[in-house]
Amino acid sequence: MTGAPEPVFQEPWHAQVFALTVHLNETGHFVWPDWAARFGATLKRHGVAKELNGGDDYFNAWLETLESYLAQTGVAQASAVETMRAAWERAYLRTAHGDPVTLDDALEP
Amino acid sequence: MPHDHSDHDHPHALLPSDPALRVKALETILTQKGLVDPAALDAIIDTYENKVGPRNGAHVIARAWSDPAFHAALKDDATATVADMGYYGRQGEHLVVVENTAEVHNMVVCTLCSCYPWPLLGIPPGWYKSDAYRARAVREPRAVLADFGVTLPEGTAVRVWDSTAEVRYLVVPMRPDGTEGWSEEALMDLVTRDSMIGTGLAMVPA
Repeated sequence: MTGAPEPVFQEPWHAQVFALTVHLNETGHFVWPDWAARFGATLKRHGVAKELNGGDDYFNAWLETLESYLAQTGVAQASAVETMRAAWERAYLRTAHGDPVTLDDALEP
Repeated sequence: MPHDHSDHDHPHALLPSDPALRVKALETILTQKGLVDPAALDAIIDTYENKVGPRNGAHVIARAWSDPAFHAALKDDATATVADMGYYGRQGEHLVVVENTAEVHNMVVCTLCSCYPWPLLGIPPGWYKSDAYRARAVREPRAVLADFGVTLPEGTAVRVWDSTAEVRYLVVPMRPDGTEGWSEEALMDLVTRDSMIGTGLAMVPA
């Protein structure tokens, strides 16, 4: 547990979901103790089946908590998130390696 | 198998993992609704990847070791005292320092999730966020310390502090012998991140 310094975030998406949540907190969408309670509950539920690591397991629980909060508050419904996720997947699959990946025109604002 | 490429010839951009795509989806939706500013997200990430980290906490500890008046102020009102040094903000709202002595060794955990004094230590390491640490720190702290290579004298008690969203703890490690008269800057180099969580000790000068 010592030795070479570990990166702050193991994966870019860990950093992205962290930043999204901090930003929503700071712009007044929720207070941090409420977030911690929700997130703690998700960790506890996931931790029943397996011992969670502090990397992907931890941030998967984080992402699920954020998705469920945004769905419950009507900010981003699960169906809308799935539609957008699928659009990004198509965008990656049709973009040549090395080119910038952009969404379908239909989904751009 | 559309995703089963050789390492050298991707016909299309490498598909991110499912959670990575879900995060992108959330970010796109929230940006389109005007609820998030992508530049603000980048700034948040840059702050924690490059600007805020355990050097801040080490600065506080080195000053506490060097300056008795500061040390007293820190024990009295840690939040205000470190704010005067410019260390405040997210997840630093209510800070309490706990001081290691020959009698008591302090160790910090968050059993709920991963509450941690961000302005002083940055983002917690992976092990702090793991179930293994969160469960075992309370149940068998000496065994956890042993895993970190820390063996305490038998007469030293271990106290474990459970952080919450409201209270964050910073451990003041014991000042190593042989550092009398050292400058704050030199002392800072002895203060490791783990020594401020209580899973390590300050480094001993060579």
